[in-house]
Amino acid sequence: MARKISIKQAVNEALDQEMARDPAVICMGEDIVGGTGAGGEADAWGGVLGVTKGLYAKYGDRLMDTPLSESAYIGAAIGAAACGMRPVAELMFIDFMGVCFDQIYNQAAKFRYMFGGKAETPVVIRAMVGAGFRAAAQHSQMLTPLFTHIPGLKVVCPSTPYDTKGLLIQSIRDNDPVIFCEHKALYGIEGEVPEASYTIPLSEANIVREGKHCSIVTYGLMVHRSLEAAATLAKEGIEVDIVDLRSLSPLDLDTVLDSVTKTGRLVCVDEASPRCNIATDISAQVAMQAFSALKAQIEMVTPPHTPVPFSPTLEDLYIPSAAQIAAAVRKTIKGGQA
Amino acid sequence: MTNPFPLSKDDLLKCYRTMRTIREFEERLHVDFSRGDIPGFVHLYAGEEAAATGIMKHLNSGDRIASTHRGHGHCISKGVDVVAMMKEIYGKKGGTGNGKGGSMHIADLSMGMMGANGILGAGAPLVCGAALAAKFRNKGEVAISFVGDGASNQGTFLESLNLAAVWNLPALFVVENNGYAESTARDYATAVDSYVDRAAGFGMPGITVDGTDFFAVYEAAGEIIQRAREGGGPSLLECKMVRFYGHFEGDAQTYRATGELDDIRANHDCLKKFGVQVTAAGVISAAELQAIDQQVLAVIEDAVQQAKAAPLPTLADLTTDVYISY
Ligand SMILES: Cc1ncc(C[n+]2csc(CCOP(=O)(O)OP(=O)(O)O)c2C)c(N)n1
Ligand SMILES: [Mg+2]
Repeated sequence: MARKISIKQAVNEALDQEMARDPAVICMGEDIVGGTGAGGEADAWGGVLGVTKGLYAKYGDRLMDTPLSESAYIGAAIGAAACGMRPVAELMFIDFMGVCFDQIYNQAAKFRYMFGGKAETPVVIRAMVGAGFRAAAQHSQMLTPLFTHIPGLKVVCPSTPYDTKGLLIQSIRDNDPVIFCEHKALYGIEGEVPEASYTIPLSEANIVREGKHCSIVTYGLMVHRSLEAAATLAKEGIEVDIVDLRSLSPLDLDTVLDSVTKTGRLVCVDEASPRCNIATDISAQVAMQAFSALKAQIEMVTPPHTPVPFSPTLEDLYIPSAAQIAAAVRKTIKGGQA
Repeated sequence: MTNPFPLSKDDLLKCYRTMRTIREFEERLHVDFSRGDIPGFVHLYAGEEAAATGIMKHLNSGDRIASTHRGHGHCISKGVDVVAMMKEIYGKKGGTGNGKGGSMHIADLSMGMMGANGILGAGAPLVCGAALAAKFRNKGEVAISFVGDGASNQGTFLESLNLAAVWNLPALFVVENNGYAESTARDYATAVDSYVDRAAGFGMPGITVDGTDFFAVYEAAGEIIQRAREGGGPSLLECKMVRFYGHFEGDAQTYRATGELDDIRANHDCLKKFGVQVTAAGVISAAELQAIDQQVLAVIEDAVQQAKAAPLPTLADLTTDVYISY
């Protein structure tokens, strides 16, 4: 399987294959087609970064541009899901969730429980997450912890094209609401992806690098920063295990615990704000369930507790770096027991 | 020669200068962005200058406005310093937000400019609050929410219309209708054709004007602002306008019909219209306008040079200004 495609293409291909396979799959969002009602090219945008480009030609009205009304169309996707469709709604930037959060966390997330297990809401909400685009405080956030906090939602955040395709197809087929987080800084990265359709379970973390000295648990863009750190550390004779969570809810804690049991050291890396985030959650779980395996205190690498700054100089300082990750690993090794 | 306009020659020249400053500010950003000098998302107000300028001419610094993602024109016409704006767009210290906000978050509270906004529709509720505060202060101040045709379909905007009417607030809602929300046509995304009808549905007066005609905007805005100052409550003003550039810089605009942009620039340029109106009436000469054009070019060049020379923020700046105290 030599074919390499980008994450952007992987999203497009997953949507394409699921729309071909299941007529209940429909897509909606602002400018996911583009040019609707205008006098020029149809399918002019295919989403703000061109991710859905080309699907309109194949599936026509099953892709819908929406008015600029997130509460209404995200809610409509959820309502349609509760009535037999399999909508994939695009929220563009996850930062816009504030406009429509009620539909997500009080409605979609709670139907099944409140209705005594009788509801199914197979909706996928796709949204761009993360910093690095100079997009400033309201278009750059990593809000994964907010969704992970809500019982009833599943939260996925892939780091490679292969995972993106398999996880998105699985998310579409999944019968629970899934928040599918696409890191905007990763759309361009390429990797091997089979042409045929395949799924990856939403409950399996992935070991992306093996090592015996320390575990790094992370997801999204930070997987790549951790790999960079690992390459530097390897030159110093330090070998790290890198666990890419891929899915934040459900969480594959077993893989995390196995890794920490093997290495005895843990660095949690999260692009989300430092309080009550994925790193704090993993740290707490490990401290509770694998305390005796730990040879050193747990380290966390996160941005500071600030909004995402606009100035490129500041944004680069804001996003956790490979150097910070490497330093945290060294600290667990120096500070701990042999 | 008698002056047929509702503004003195001096004021007319000032308004022209404001519009020209907005235009040149945006033209320059367009060039500098394509050169790679400017990071991030930049949405240009070029083509829409008459609306911001015609409305803001009625305001004082005690009057508040809440802007949109396409906010440079609102900022300049509300009196925000162009050097500080340029520094902000370049991500430098000394910018309106010391480089922390960028183009989409330029604000100057001292000038009554409550911020450009990256969240569409978010300004409308804030303006209800500004108008409520004005009502309590009881000095005849008003607050204006600018919103695009696209964002006029946000729940926040529609709820705000109702709230402003229910509380009889000195709030004004200006729909800047440039026909598009990103690439999606207004006529597809908005079920009702007339914003006058929409206003009526919320129990307030609505007016539609040609937003490329400075005098039409000036006159209509004057009427509704005066009413709001006198306790007559909120109104909605639709300015039909045109956007000269893409939704954001980098947009290829293939959704536009062939010839659309040429037509817009040739026949719907608000600055050209203004020039023709004031020179034909013999109130201002072409040479006087050209002199302003030259001065404005120098002002913008100076702003760019100052922005380029300004210091970058540093690590110490990263964690300041999150709270007042913590
Ligand atoms: C809540 C929210 N939804 C979506 C967007 C993305 N977005 C930015 S500008 C824009 C279109 C705005 O159209 P309009 O309101 O007509 O203003 P214009 O750009 O034409 O001035 C969209 C969809 C956003 N910034 N915020
Ligand atoms: Mg518009």
